[in-house]
Amino acid sequence: MATESTDPPLGELEAAEFDVHTDEMLVNMGPQHPSTHGVLRLVLRSDGEVVTEVTPHIGNLHRCAEKIGENLSPRQFIPYTDRFDYLAAMNMNLGWALTVEKLMDLELPEKARHIRVIMCELNRIASHLVAAVCYGLDLGSFTPFVWGFREREKILNLFEEVCGARLTYSYITVGGVTADLPPGWLQQCETFLNEFEPVIDELHALLTSNAIFIRRTAGIGVMSAETAIDYGCTGPVLRGSGVDWDLRRDGEPRYTDMYDGYSYEVIVQTDGSYPQDHDYPPVPAAAVLGDCWHRFYVRMLEVVQSMDLIRQAMEKYARADGEHAVKVKVKQKLPPGEAYLETEAPKGQMGYMIVSNGTAVPWRVRVRSSSFCNLSVLPELCRGVLLADVPAIVGSLDLVLGEIDR
Amino acid sequence: MDFQAITDRLTERCGGRITGSNAEAADPWVEVSADGLLEVSRFLRDEPDLRMNMLHCITGVDYFEPDEKKAAKVDWQPHVEVVYHLSSLVHKHRLVLKVVLPRWQDDVEGRLPEVPSVSGLWSTADWHEREVFDLCGIRFVGHPDLRRILCPADWAGHPLRKDYEMPSEYHGIQAR
Repeated sequence: MATESTDPPLGELEAAEFDVHTDEMLVNMGPQHPSTHGVLRLVLRSDGEVVTEVTPHIGNLHRCAEKIGENLSPRQFIPYTDRFDYLAAMNMNLGWALTVEKLMDLELPEKARHIRVIMCELNRIASHLVAAVCYGLDLGSFTPFVWGFREREKILNLFEEVCGARLTYSYITVGGVTADLPPGWLQQCETFLNEFEPVIDELHALLTSNAIFIRRTAGIGVMSAETAIDYGCTGPVLRGSGVDWDLRRDGEPRYTDMYDGYSYEVIVQTDGSYPQDHDYPPVPAAAVLGDCWHRFYVRMLEVVQSMDLIRQAMEKYARADGEHAVKVKVKQKLPPGEAYLETEAPKGQMGYMIVSNGTAVPWRVRVRSSSFCNLSVLPELCRGVLLADVPAIVGSLDLVLGEIDR
Repeated sequence: MDFQAITDRLTERCGGRITGSNAEAADPWVEVSADGLLEVSRFLRDEPDLRMNMLHCITGVDYFEPDEKKAAKVDWQPHVEVVYHLSSLVHKHRLVLKVVLPRWQDDVEGRLPEVPSVSGLWSTADWHEREVFDLCGIRFVGHPDLRRILCPADWAGHPLRKDYEMPSEYHGIQAR
């Protein structure tokens, strides 16, 4: 699909846009604004169409979850973790469960490990789907939004089957998962994966290689690898800038052991190309490493990778014996000490810290959110861009305010 | 590099700044003095074989037991800790830095303890220090824009302090 050659030359017009100087204006965007993906408020200082400064204001969803964590036992805190990144609650449960298990030095049965991989990767698909299709909506494309949510609905049905909830699962818990997979679930999951595979091609046709989409994202919001690392950006935002870093491979053993025996490649552009095991649209000529298009593309490829991981996990699960969890009491006493652990959630590295004084209730709970760091780079990215590019840049960061405000 | 090698390099260069360490902890940590934090941080970030280029998280922990009966049993003096989680994406190693501060500067209740800001070294620190200031009440000296980030600008007190009391109302909104 040739896209660049048919574009009219807009160089002069674009230059004119950057050349119009007017009185400086303060524009308020949000907290109730469809393209801020929640209750994010941005104050834009602009000169004509050009944004000179962006100031994010956060905290509208703040409920001091860390303080709540000081009054509950780790198992009782699990439902609160659901509400951080509510689009990937399984991954939020997992991070907290692993951190507490690290403190308790708890070994998990084989079965629990594979169920966790299945759930986390399914949730990653769901989260990336929302990110990708809502991004399309931000840029004026409605169809992929409906198609993407149709597929996500099927994942939510699968989750409902295992734990009864469609959004806030509390399924992965300290010691394993709350229940084994119901009979027949693996077949349903397999059916979903088979049905979902062709949809990815459709989404690529509607978004990735769409001429308008490329015009709105390629070369926009370019972030260098140094800036990304400096601001603590993680996940697809970091890999979109060409940094070869994924905690599923590079994390602590407590987390990477979960993926022990799985084969996968980190989705990142190295030496000018992405891992080539697919025939998805190539990188357009206008795209620059670290721009909005690359961040979007990394997510789209990670969806395929997650499908592959789920297939591997289902096979391993079928062969695993033992229980789905080890018994941990709701008010189990914790060993004194501190533990910090980060996991690779869909939006980036989600970190939890637990400080214990030897009682059943933690002395201190800390939540390090990936979106929090990914948002903090926004003022840097939006300096000197056009007003219309701000939603494009915000959308490409895939923010969830639940975990920013905590 | 493992923890031992990193601490050896640190003691060699900034030995006087290190006030304690624990290699047995689940996440081994090094404690540095507040006035030595910037020197140690810069060394960790810039030294070619250390290259701690990512600051993951800054945490404030308040050690204070409001309950007098329980306070008699604890084995520490009241203090606050600032914990820095660092890692190197180049060498794939990690380190936890700690700074111990008094709960109040000069023991005057209400005067926030001070620690130098590392936001000039890692931009992650910008927002994280604002959050720790907001919720734990620690002043980061040299921060470019130290104002509250999650609580409203006119909020009183620092919620993650152990002696914090939730206000009963805020602008006419019943809070509890």
